[in-house]
Amino acid sequence: MKFLRDQLDKVKPHFEKGGKWEKFYFIYEAHDTLLFAPNHTTKATGVQIRDAVDMKRMMMTVIIAMIPCLLFGIYNVGYQHFLALGQEAALVDMLLIGAIQVIPIVVVSYGVGLGTEFAIATIRQHPINEGYLVTGMLIPLVMPPDIPLWQVALATIFAVVIAKEAFGGTGMNVLNVALTARAFLYFAYPSQISGDVWTYLGDGTAVSGYTGATPLSIGANSLTTGENVVASMGSYGAGWADGLFSFSNLFFGFMPGCIGETSTLMCLIGAAILIITGVGSWKIIVGVFGGAYLMGLGMNAIGLNEFMLMPAQYHLVIGGLAFGAVYMATDPVSASQTETGKWIYGILIGVLTVVIRVFNPAYPEGIMLAILFMNVFAPLIDYYVVNANKKRRLQRATV
Amino acid sequence: MSKSIKLKKGFDINLAGKAEKKIAEIDQPETFAYKPTSFQGILRPKVVVDEGDNVKAGTPILFDKKNDKVQHVAPVSGEIVEIRRGEKRKLLEVVILADKKIEYVEHKKFSVSEINNLSTEEAKTQLLESGTWVNLVQRPYGVVADPEDSPKAIHISAFDSHPLAPEYDLLFKGQDQYFQAGIDILKKFTDGVIHLNIDGASEVSQLFSHAKNVQLNKFSGPHPAGNVGVQIHHLDPINKGDVVWTINPHGVIQIGKLFIEGIYDASKMVALTGSEVKNPQYYKTFTGASIKKMVANNIASDNVRYISGNVLTGEKIANDGHLGYFDHHVTVIPEGDYYELFGWIKPTTKSLSFHRAFGLLSFLNGNKEFVVDTNTKGEPRAFVQTGTFEKVMPMDILPTFLLKAILAEDFDEMEALGIYEIIEEDMALCEFVDVSKHDVQEIVREGLDLMQYS
Repeated sequence: MKFLRDQLDKVKPHFEKGGKWEKFYFIYEAHDTLLFAPNHTTKATGVQIRDAVDMKRMMMTVIIAMIPCLLFGIYNVGYQHFLALGQEAALVDMLLIGAIQVIPIVVVSYGVGLGTEFAIATIRQHPINEGYLVTGMLIPLVMPPDIPLWQVALATIFAVVIAKEAFGGTGMNVLNVALTARAFLYFAYPSQISGDVWTYLGDGTAVSGYTGATPLSIGANSLTTGENVVASMGSYGAGWADGLFSFSNLFFGFMPGCIGETSTLMCLIGAAILIITGVGSWKIIVGVFGGAYLMGLGMNAIGLNEFMLMPAQYHLVIGGLAFGAVYMATDPVSASQTETGKWIYGILIGVLTVVIRVFNPAYPEGIMLAILFMNVFAPLIDYYVVNANKKRRLQRATV
Repeated sequence: MSKSIKLKKGFDINLAGKAEKKIAEIDQPETFAYKPTSFQGILRPKVVVDEGDNVKAGTPILFDKKNDKVQHVAPVSGEIVEIRRGEKRKLLEVVILADKKIEYVEHKKFSVSEINNLSTEEAKTQLLESGTWVNLVQRPYGVVADPEDSPKAIHISAFDSHPLAPEYDLLFKGQDQYFQAGIDILKKFTDGVIHLNIDGASEVSQLFSHAKNVQLNKFSGPHPAGNVGVQIHHLDPINKGDVVWTINPHGVIQIGKLFIEGIYDASKMVALTGSEVKNPQYYKTFTGASIKKMVANNIASDNVRYISGNVLTGEKIANDGHLGYFDHHVTVIPEGDYYELFGWIKPTTKSLSFHRAFGLLSFLNGNKEFVVDTNTKGEPRAFVQTGTFEKVMPMDILPTFLLKAILAEDFDEMEALGIYEIIEEDMALCEFVDVSKHDVQEIVREGLDLMQYS
């Protein structure tokens, strides 16, 4: 350990003011502090001791909460692959195929994203914030398994530069960075991120009966066909994957979809980690699920078409609602920052998701747009909550 | 009319090294210092003594040109040995080499009935001239009170909830008579109430519970329940245009003694605390004492930090440094100037944390006392995490929004968000728990200065 420290101390002067690589100080600092918690002490005035928490640990906690989704995602990509090809396969093979598909996406996301961060930190001379550690994992998890890597890279650069750094970096962004990457692909390359992309087929040909449908697309189709959504889901996969879209399958996540978002169960495990550690706001998570469920019930009551009649609990397990609620909506920077605001923000995301799903078949994945939309509205929610606080203070004043 | 208030928000930082309830016998320190830096808002201090002058306890040594009626006086008698200045000749401290036997400047004495009949003007004159006036702190801004003001109310916190804080029972034992006299004098300055706010969770000494002419309020809950700012917020919040005064019990007793005995008595009890102190206990000394003799041969390790005051609001001093004016406690903790391999992610039960992010397991330790060093445990970052400041702020104030308003120098916003209700100490816990390691107290003072002077 001492050797490592000595080496770092040896090169440190080159990066400090007046050194030959002084421009790259923040890159050096990022690596140094990743290895060693620095020897900084508190100032002569102000608090003399500090809490043991820091941004790195906070962000790491979120990454740990995402690991169940990542692992299940890797497995599920392989599972869906062999299912669609109609082949029997061992667990190892599924994991292998999944890993071959997923890991490059993760590597590209981190490599390109961190590279962009380093470049901008050097140009603008600010410390490298740890925010990208989380974003870099979120981006792969909301990508279809079949996505070309260059698109991942492009979306990552767009998101980091336009959604984050243009606003001043971590802590200043209005929109969730990872969702911006996803939205970019959605609108820039619509053909590659919708339709038959949710299962990785490779060079193989799919079994007969395979259509590449997802629960969401079945729901959207019901608007034109007028068939019962649950019945259509139940009959899909007959012959090659019986009960593929049964409620339990949807809950456990054995369905095609984005890499990390299919399993509601894994998202709930992640939610438990975030809530127990206090890193994610339980108010937002509960708000999204609650809002979506209540809106689903409301839709049932109106019941104008088959999608509206889909039982409300299905809304919670199809698509990316759970993933969005747990990992995306809780991003503290783009979410509402007041405690009352967090309830309103969460509930409205849930409500909007169901509204978008049911009324706008062109964008079957409602959660992405709902969260981005509410990101934009979060400051407005906060504005009213803060105003209420100011008003309480004004009311008791006599001057 | 007395109120009983239970606070839920906050955090008790449970540190090792609580002072044992006994008073150590030591030789008195050789030097004492008067630190104008202990007071906010002394912009142009004028020293009226020279090095080599002899002073008595109570001899004026400096005043603020902006507030020239208020005298600042020597705590002990002796010789002025050093007038220390810092950058830009800022006055840091006036150091006095103390006499073996303290000589006092003589003031007028009063009997209890005379005190009751004393006019406000006479009382004011004696307070100003004697140097006891500086104990009165004005809110908003936390500055030395203006003699021309008549405050809406006077608030006294009768307990200290800061980490390792001394027990007031022990500090003020046997001073009942002076405390009551002090209250009676203060009563002349306000048409409102004197709030005496006691700890609702433990037994309260007679000194406070039998005090007359006050409204006794009970506060319970974690720190900052003992902060007078928090108490004011729950009893009678400060609005725009309001002026209230605060004073600590030591100041009240000093005022009482001045009128009854006719002397400026700066004697006070001081607790020496902290994980690095071999025998944490109490000492009887005077305001501004040098800590040199207390810490000599009493410290367990080499690389330590001496703090005048507590770990949240105190100030780093040298091992022969002097106590701040208002401080009644010294804390000695380890310095944290070390590197720790993977320190940012290592699971630990030993590092104290309000949070429970991955690997921070200190909450499993229950009531264990922690040894905490001065390492910042992370680097400054942008505001990211939300909702944690709110958990340690038992006031209807939105800390993040207020801090951002200060940073943006938005005057209307600062006022609307309640800057008049706080001073640094009220947000010290926010600084402690901050994931992004901001200097919250420094920002708060910047905001208060902006509001006061521009």
